[in-house]
Amino acid sequence: MADLSINFAGIKSPNPFWIASGPPSNTAYQSHRAFEAGWGGVVWKTIGDPIINVASRYSALNLGGQRMVGFNNIELISDRSPETNFREIKEVKVRWPNHAVIASLMVDTRERWHEFVKRSADCGADGIELNFGCPHGMCERGMGSAVGQNPDVAETIVGWVMEAAEIPVIVKLTPNITNVVYAARAAKRAGADAISLINTINSITNVNLDTLTPEPTVRGLSSHGGYCGPAVKPIALNMVQSCAADPEVGLPISGIGGIGNWRDAAEFIALGSLSLQVCTAVMHYGFRIVEDMNEGLSDYLDSKGYKSVAEFSGAAVKSLSDWKYLDLHYKRVARIDYDKCIGCNLCYIACEDGAHQCIDLVDSAPYGLGPGRVPGKPVPKVREEDCVGCNLCSLVCPVDDCITMVEIDTGRDKMSWNDYQTRLAKGEMEPIPAHH
Amino acid sequence: MPIQPLLDSETAARNMAEKAPRYAPQEALIEANRCLFCFDAPCIMACPTGIDIPSFIKKIANKNPVASARTILTANVLGASCARVCPTEVLCEGACVVLDLEGDPVKIGRLQRYATDYVFEHHIDVLHAPAKKNGKKVAVLGAGPAGLGCAAELAQLGYEVTVFEKKKAGGGLNTYGIAYYKMRPEISLEEVRMIERLGVKFRYGVEIGKDVPIADLEKNYDAIFLGLGLGGANRLGIPGEDLPEVVDALDFIEWIHTKPLHEVPVGRRVAVLGCGNTAIDAVSQSKRLGAEVATIIYRRGENDMPAYEFEYELAKNDGATFHFHTIPTEVLGENGNVKALRLAKTEFRDGKLQLVPGSEWIEEFDLVLKAVGQEKQTSIFTQLFPGLKLDRKGRVEHNPETMETGVPKLFVGGDCANGGREVVNAVAEGKRAARGINAMLTKQKVEGPIQPSRHGAKNGTTGSGFNNPIRVPELLAAMSK
Repeated sequence: MADLSINFAGIKSPNPFWIASGPPSNTAYQSHRAFEAGWGGVVWKTIGDPIINVASRYSALNLGGQRMVGFNNIELISDRSPETNFREIKEVKVRWPNHAVIASLMVDTRERWHEFVKRSADCGADGIELNFGCPHGMCERGMGSAVGQNPDVAETIVGWVMEAAEIPVIVKLTPNITNVVYAARAAKRAGADAISLINTINSITNVNLDTLTPEPTVRGLSSHGGYCGPAVKPIALNMVQSCAADPEVGLPISGIGGIGNWRDAAEFIALGSLSLQVCTAVMHYGFRIVEDMNEGLSDYLDSKGYKSVAEFSGAAVKSLSDWKYLDLHYKRVARIDYDKCIGCNLCYIACEDGAHQCIDLVDSAPYGLGPGRVPGKPVPKVREEDCVGCNLCSLVCPVDDCITMVEIDTGRDKMSWNDYQTRLAKGEMEPIPAHH
Repeated sequence: MPIQPLLDSETAARNMAEKAPRYAPQEALIEANRCLFCFDAPCIMACPTGIDIPSFIKKIANKNPVASARTILTANVLGASCARVCPTEVLCEGACVVLDLEGDPVKIGRLQRYATDYVFEHHIDVLHAPAKKNGKKVAVLGAGPAGLGCAAELAQLGYEVTVFEKKKAGGGLNTYGIAYYKMRPEISLEEVRMIERLGVKFRYGVEIGKDVPIADLEKNYDAIFLGLGLGGANRLGIPGEDLPEVVDALDFIEWIHTKPLHEVPVGRRVAVLGCGNTAIDAVSQSKRLGAEVATIIYRRGENDMPAYEFEYELAKNDGATFHFHTIPTEVLGENGNVKALRLAKTEFRDGKLQLVPGSEWIEEFDLVLKAVGQEKQTSIFTQLFPGLKLDRKGRVEHNPETMETGVPKLFVGGDCANGGREVVNAVAEGKRAARGINAMLTKQKVEGPIQPSRHGAKNGTTGSGFNNPIRVPELLAAMSK
């Protein structure tokens, strides 16, 4: 059995799964329930000067009958007093001494940061997360993403925090920035112990076409919200990997953004995360989802021979590079398995209208009647010599393993764009002619 | 004993409740999202009217049932009744690729019903006739599916159309002859009203040749469409056939459609002769209306029956019983009412179906429903149109592209042209005839159904059941080779 426990910048947790700062981590009651369900840690709903929320706070993007593919909120930080929050953290730590409880903080002045950092340590929190990411409401007051979007400001404030910090400090980064790596480097320069990302993305999920008000609507008005849920995973993975691969950052990463099951978790870990934070999936299905996460991740690590999460962390970071290092001489083409083809022709129309026009509809006679094919109705056939290997047909095909992308040996050595430029400069080769 | 109604109104209504009720919006959405939105989809090819099925389903998924109904009704003006009565298992749903992927096709019929119900219920007309008529007049004989398909298409092309119908209402079999648990007659009547709103005039209670001479039609109209369908049930040719409780199965079904359910007389022991889809409708509805025994009597075997497999299953579930390889030789009466049938076993001998000697027995029945096929109205046709040619099976000979007959200006479609097929075939033929008429009168060709879901298919002759139909039984036969 792989060891799921982690030591994240000094914060010990029985497994890498933490409840992200948000509605599910609002109270001691919820933390107890989360730990009972099997979560390793809780990042408390952001503590600061109590705010007032509006009614109507969430909205969702549904897709093809699947609800909450994307999720959006305009809820602010904790509306409970700091006293209540710190007291409850203390209670939780007494009952769950071996689980991680991290205080998420958001205040304004240097003095207030010092005060809240100290109170976090005093109540027994295992660490602190700085909310530099919240993209709605708080940023209008100079906090949240207003800090995270300006690396200099962020660096200053992290500096204030580090002056008083006795427990590990995680800086939570906003994705609403041109390049998240600059924010991560600022955190590093200011002495932070770790980073977590991503916070929510500025969003409008939908417009009610009868009232012409976006959701969530508050008496006829809406506000830009923060987007999360399964839809943001690709964006989060990109940012996590960028920070993990950056030599100047070099901080432990807590991955956040659309994690809903062990596979998502494993991908985040592979791209450099050590701990993982989950909010939307819990808001959708409850704390119980962690059972599959723990079990699935453990089984996966065992099946691949990893002894621990830490050993696996970052295993795929190096499988990404800049585009200029990719092999221009690599060739793959689409192959259709006619025993599986059901004749939907989605590959044909995708290639014809959406890609490179290299699938023909041809007489089905030589291919026989596979499942669902109709006599006299043509079948798709790839013109391999024209196929650019873009993958589109294999992506739209509704049948598993019906269209596979097959590597073709061109007999040519690897040549990246970089190599190409070098050889051109040396006069070793002629320019490759453009497609007509 | 004369037969009488057997059930109270509540029980009758419950037993005859719709087999496939309308989807709730969320059900429709979930089902619509199962559709893969195939390009050049097989389901379109399997639909004789060539409805762009992926397109109408996509519109349901995108919460636009009005546009969905527009797609359906543009291709098939009787889309609402076809949604209920089409044998989708052997047409669109039989060809659905999701059937091959998941073993369960997209429920195209029920989705089609969802969309068409929506516009009917909200009184939204999605079809329109041009404000300016083209000045040409067409007489349509028969207000059944073929006549309606022809009339609606012509009206939309700018023709002035008058439909002549012997019965008191239009819709034909859809109004009078569909099993009640499949479709309510109101749906069919609503379709007729929709066609009336396209400007088509209906003259009911009119017998062609008697009330309206053919010469008048030929003089007053630029073209005539013949869509008279089939006649009454074939004669059995056995003693006792004229007893009052020997009834044409279609007449029995018509009682169900024209009387309150609890006033429909039905026997306690019902024999249904024949084993086609009408026989199934008759036997199932007899059971549902309270018959203690309802038995199909069929001269051939289980594997020979013309009824669809799913219809056979339905009848078995309704508790119908089956006497295969059995033939009635006499209807026995008592006090002028049916009392029993004399039955005999049949077998194939010397390549012919023959009675098994000594196999006769008597079984009590008080209602005998004939579902042994309908007569071709051959004599009527040739009386009305002496130049009309009929083939050996009594079908009116015609050009399959234009539905033109040998008689000048006379076009044909539906059962009298095809010998008796589905409602959807009749609509398609009526529509094809309308285009044939239009081509003859204007020298202009109307193209096939517009199908965005296959727009731009290269060398495409496929994709439209209207132009290139396939049938799933043929498909299955080809695949089993």
